Amino acid sequence: MKNPRRIFLRAALASSTVAVAVSAGLLTPQTVLAAWPKKAFEAKDEKTALEAIAGSTDVIESGDVKVKTPDIAENGAVVSVTVEPNIPGAESVALLVAENPTKLAANFNFSKQSSSFITCRVKMRKSSDVTAIVKAGGKLYSGKGHVKVTLGGCGG
Amino acid sequence: MARKMKIRAFVKDGGVTVVKAILYHPMETGLRKDKATGEVIPAHFIEEVVATHNRNPVLTCDWGTAVSKNPFLSFDVSGTKAGDKIGITWTDNLGKSDSGEATIS
Repeated sequence: MKNPRRIFLRAALASSTVAVAVSAGLLTPQTVLAAWPKKAFEAKDEKTALEAIAGSTDVIESGDVKVKTPDIAENGAVVSVTVEPNIPGAESVALLVAENPTKLAANFNFSKQSSSFITCRVKMRKSSDVTAIVKAGGKLYSGKGHVKVTLGGCGG
Repeated sequence: MARKMKIRAFVKDGGVTVVKAILYHPMETGLRKDKATGEVIPAHFIEEVVATHNRNPVLTCDWGTAVSKNPFLSFDVSGTKAGDKIGITWTDNLGKSDSGEATIS
């Protein structure tokens, strides 16, 4: 396993000293899960989010990245999005929703065994573009889909 | 979260398995207000999902608050055969987690 954090997590769950530290509030779950890209998910604009999650904002628009979305979503709380990277060696896909309070919705990290498509449901505040940023070979490729939302899904 | 997650995995062709899963989770954004009390409902959402094939991680997802309630996730895994195990584990921002396993059919 290449991710040392996961090993730490497992060790943390097994070790009672850490459990005590957690219950004492010394070590919150947030600190344990430090590798969750908090900064990227809290970013209020796409550039910051992209920089935080992919390390670059140089994006090549590519027709190969297929983003399948419904044209009209009656309920913005459940918008099904399918991304087909169609790029050899795709490492990850980041889903960005342009009109949401925080732009980044999800980030998927592929392995060699899983890289041809991903389907997920996201919330959308209002009609906007859904962009998929595919990372492959150190470059970023993007694909877009537009969804018209008739009822917003972020509540409030 | 009383309900157990549902996972279905079936071989499409050429050793490629399609996995479909529903994880039961409220996925609160932290922006919604309780209509009765007017208080903000605190954020509670899945941060990380790990999918495994025979215990080897094949897909890791980082999720934010914009993922829908009771998230649906579908992906495919190559190099599989019927009888293999597909597992999914999630961890949310409050440190809770759940996992499920399915056999590829």
